[in-house]
Amino acid sequence: MTSLLTYTFKNLPNTSKWALRFCVRPLSSSSQLQAAAASQTKSKKTLAKPNIRNIVVVDGVRTPFLLSGTSYKDLMPHDLARAALSGLLHRTSVPKDVVDYIIFGTVIQEVKTSNVAREAALGAGFSDKTPAHTVTMACISSNQAMTTAVSLIASGQCDVVVAGGVELMSDIPIRHSRKMRKMMLDLNKAKTLAQRLSIISKFRLNFLSPELPAVSEFSTSETMGHSADRLAAAFAISREEQDEYALRSHSLAKRAQDEGLLSDVVPFKVPGRDTVSQDNGIRPSSLDQMAKLKPAFIKPYGTVTAANSSFLTDGASAVLIMAEEKALAMGYKPKAYLRDFTYVSQDPKDQLLLGPTYATPKVLEKAGITMNDIDAFEFHEAFSGQILANLKAMDSDWFAQNYMGRKAKVGLPPLEKFNNWGGSLSLGHPFGATGCRLVMAAANRLRKEGGQYGLVAACAAGGQGHAMIVEAYPK
Amino acid sequence: MVASRAIGSLSRFTASRTLRCSGYICRSFTRSSALLTRTHINYGVKGDVAVIRINSPNSKVNTLSQELHSEFMEVMNEVWSSSQIRSAVLISTKPGCFIAGADLNMLNACTTSQEVTQISQEAQKMFEKLEKSTKPVVAAINGSCLGGGLELAISCQYRIATKDKKTVLGSPEVLLGILPGAGATQRLPKMVGIPAAFDMMLTGRGIRADRAKKMGLVDQLVEPLGPGVKPPEERTIEYLEEVAITFAKGLADKKITPKRDKGLVEKLTSYALTIPFVRQQIYKKVEEKVRKQTKGLYPAPLKIIDVVKTGIEQGSNAGYLSESQRFGELAMTKESKALMGLYRGQTQCKKNKFGAPQKEVKQLAVLGAGLMGAGIAQVSVDKGLQTILKDTTLPALGRGQQQVFKGLNDKVKKKTLTSFERDAMFSNLTGQLDYQGFEKADMVIEAVFEDLNLKHRVLKEVEAVIPDHCVFASNTSALPIGEIAAVSKRPEKVIGMHYFSPVDKMQLLEIITTEKTSKDTTASAVDVGLRQGKVIIVVKDGPGFYTTRCLAPMMSEVIRILQEGVGPKKLDSLTTSFGFPVGAATLVDEVGVDVAKHVAENLGKEFGERFAGGSLEMLRQMISKGFLGRKSGKGFYIYQEGVKKKDLNSDMDSILASLKMPSQPDVSSDEDIQYRLVTRFVNEAVLCLQEGILATPTEGDIGAVFGLGFPPCLGGPFHFVDLYGAQKIVDRLRKYEAAYGKQFTPCQLLVDHANNPKKKFYQ
Repeated sequence: MTSLLTYTFKNLPNTSKWALRFCVRPLSSSSQLQAAAASQTKSKKTLAKPNIRNIVVVDGVRTPFLLSGTSYKDLMPHDLARAALSGLLHRTSVPKDVVDYIIFGTVIQEVKTSNVAREAALGAGFSDKTPAHTVTMACISSNQAMTTAVSLIASGQCDVVVAGGVELMSDIPIRHSRKMRKMMLDLNKAKTLAQRLSIISKFRLNFLSPELPAVSEFSTSETMGHSADRLAAAFAISREEQDEYALRSHSLAKRAQDEGLLSDVVPFKVPGRDTVSQDNGIRPSSLDQMAKLKPAFIKPYGTVTAANSSFLTDGASAVLIMAEEKALAMGYKPKAYLRDFTYVSQDPKDQLLLGPTYATPKVLEKAGITMNDIDAFEFHEAFSGQILANLKAMDSDWFAQNYMGRKAKVGLPPLEKFNNWGGSLSLGHPFGATGCRLVMAAANRLRKEGGQYGLVAACAAGGQGHAMIVEAYPK
Repeated sequence: MVASRAIGSLSRFTASRTLRCSGYICRSFTRSSALLTRTHINYGVKGDVAVIRINSPNSKVNTLSQELHSEFMEVMNEVWSSSQIRSAVLISTKPGCFIAGADLNMLNACTTSQEVTQISQEAQKMFEKLEKSTKPVVAAINGSCLGGGLELAISCQYRIATKDKKTVLGSPEVLLGILPGAGATQRLPKMVGIPAAFDMMLTGRGIRADRAKKMGLVDQLVEPLGPGVKPPEERTIEYLEEVAITFAKGLADKKITPKRDKGLVEKLTSYALTIPFVRQQIYKKVEEKVRKQTKGLYPAPLKIIDVVKTGIEQGSNAGYLSESQRFGELAMTKESKALMGLYRGQTQCKKNKFGAPQKEVKQLAVLGAGLMGAGIAQVSVDKGLQTILKDTTLPALGRGQQQVFKGLNDKVKKKTLTSFERDAMFSNLTGQLDYQGFEKADMVIEAVFEDLNLKHRVLKEVEAVIPDHCVFASNTSALPIGEIAAVSKRPEKVIGMHYFSPVDKMQLLEIITTEKTSKDTTASAVDVGLRQGKVIIVVKDGPGFYTTRCLAPMMSEVIRILQEGVGPKKLDSLTTSFGFPVGAATLVDEVGVDVAKHVAENLGKEFGERFAGGSLEMLRQMISKGFLGRKSGKGFYIYQEGVKKKDLNSDMDSILASLKMPSQPDVSSDEDIQYRLVTRFVNEAVLCLQEGILATPTEGDIGAVFGLGFPPCLGGPFHFVDLYGAQKIVDRLRKYEAAYGKQFTPCQLLVDHANNPKKKFYQ
């Protein structure tokens, strides 16, 4: 995730050129999309459990997801988060004082607003009596925000919780070096001029070299893109397959955008700029164009490129989660139930991005359903190679037996039900905000396509993963 | 891919597996004739790239043997003659090993230097042909690429290596007393520059892949892969092959050039080296340094310098000739035979001849957080062993924990560990003051103070809390294990594990078994030792076991020599110029004067006059003045933190003067002094074999060299007797016996060997 950061830093001119080239290119879709029959009439059991409150998503919104360094570049994270919260208030008309609690996920923290949930909530006009906290779990931070909300409601502590996530990659906290910081702190404590002078005399020019936020996995010192490239190689996934998958994502996203399916997006009037109403990273191209790009991480022969990776994104999302009886009492027609969920973690070196493979069977078994019961898959796309590696891993008996302790493979999600409205590769991936987007995409797809169960899954830095079952609310 | 692997290991796979893949064979290999006739190499063609896969059967490593050599030649000739093939990839399908070096047995079988020269010249010719190949050959390196393996790789046009910890490139020939005899002395300087080439060939150090890339030794790196739909190691080798094939194609199509961009510093250096004067200075500097370090005892490094110089100054023909001739000469030297013997011994002592223990040790406990205890803990936790470190006081425990942390942190500073790995390793250590958790311990190693009563007390305390299967090991340098075990309820579980200080640096572990020690207990101790990365000798119980017992008479002689008026500095220089890595007086300081006295008294009681010589009064007086050696800052020398140069401790003068003895001029020449020390050592070592303390001469040599610093160029006491001649040693001993008496009486086994020149410790 953060690996992308370095990449962009190093290759800024490159990327923007690339972006330009792609912007002018019209949709050259070769989509294999065969949209599932829009009106499925299956009658499956509901996943309600006895003695546990039913928890629903009333609705959810997000700001348009923008390439970082574009229209949001002068904002602070809480500005974006506030925009999502305002959008949610507007969309749902929920009375502010009904909200019991607010939780936001974020990854790269702005030090001034480390509890960004609270700052955004205050600014968005929520009651100052509504507590708020911020969680972080890399790319599944807002998933964690949502499941925390679910837990709070399930345990009877709250009835109405707003969960969301925000990431602003246009600005990141670049620090003074440790030596410089130490000197500045020592200076603060120094009492006499002599003491101060003696501290200052220790100053060296290299104290001025700045410290960037961690760009690599702390435990392994490997950047995520590098790990993704190795993962793709381990599963023998070719550059062509990765480019094709990326093209599919962009094409599907483009179609969804054109057909107005991305209804969770709320327009955002950026102070001092025009109103932003659309995601701006969707750039379907041609395989030929994509094949021209040089590998971004493992040079010169790797397979992960800028075109088949998710890009650095600014954006925020928020969902309104309630106990079902509360929602009904307030006259809402909820969009979906949030059902079983799970978190997994594994080797952060060689299986960094395989979270979905581990989380999927676990959550299905928990819910007592199978892969076949799922009508809408919404998987977080960090890299094409990562998605394809997860698909191969799920389709491999060998992997299941040797690494997951299962008798047989997990099984392959059918591609025609998989990320049908685009994914993180094309829509963008503001680290802290993607989880809510996935849940809303699943919920909206189920309503649109008539399915009953959606499966949300994502990988995250640290070798962690998450999956959750979303059940359509009966119409 | 699947098909190619199946063919590669045809001999080992069942027919069904091969059959399953047979469909692919025709598709991926356009040519599969003659595949099955070779044992070490098979090759197939992918598109227009020949993929040559090496995998010697029935061996953990690939070595450049005569057979492999000729098969490789055969394959290369096919590659060169085929119009369809435009480039080649050379890869090993053996996990963790590209080619580990030349086949040493091939060299040992030679009886004259001409034969060895011949072998060298054949290899030179083959590699020259390879170097001049018009079809580019890419060496795809995964695992050790050493000696002849490296020489093969650098003769190829391009090198790609996996960035695995096991991938190490190097020219370790010098450590065997020989030189790289297949062109490396000529190619390496051109490839990595003269200084780096000297460094590689004179130190023999292994170079990791990423460093090799920086040096220009390899052209590309490939990251090791994690699990996919097959085991990581298997897929990594496949991936390496795939990457290598793309580069081979690129080279054949001239899309990639094998030349690499040099940095500014590198350009400047290589420019400077075009100036003859600069080169001469480098030769001179390197030679000086080598002479200083080897004290003229090792011929190989000087020859390496000479051969490199010949190649650069007189052209490569002269260089190759010189290389092969010097290679032949060196292979016949005593030093080389001694070093190769040690190498074989070391390999043997890295195996567990007692088999796998019934229960693998998972939880270790170390008693005593002193220098030894903490050292043992360090080499255990960094191999992933859960270790409890117990002491009786918080400050002592804290010191030990800090020692472990520092040991690991130093590796972080040297970048051989990441800080994260350090933290994970350090969390394997539990420091405590009580016996909590000992009920789950599989082995307890005590490293408390060398006092029998204390050891007895500790043993009883521990036995009250440990489970039945738990092994109790005592780390002692002199107390007989049988006496320690005397108070045990379960003497079959008691064993000695004698570590050497500093534990993380010294490779040796001496394991001591009593009559009652069970075989499984021994197997368990050896297993733990091997996991700690030790070279292990297993000896019988007895006063001083093997190592301490050999050292004691030599130390006694050291004191006598000092009493006879030879100063500590002079004594140090005499011993180091004989090949000991540490001077004799310094050694006493390092071991600790109190420890030396303790051992000398104990063993003196047991062995009587044979261990006499110098007066223990010297050690007693030193202890009374607080001169305990390095640990107290003063011994024969003065030690200061951070100061490398050490000065004589002038306060020692009065002690030395008061104990002065007249010297005997006819046995006090420099050479006599050296031999008085060494022959007493050797005589005691042979006696240990005679008495059955030692099971094999190999263990005696390994113990002496790796534990006590016996000159490696002599190969250990037993190699020394074989190579120097038992008769000559006995003659020396008799001469000193005449002057000093019984201490020099040669033991029976040594006399037997002297009487029968055909008798050798190593046949």
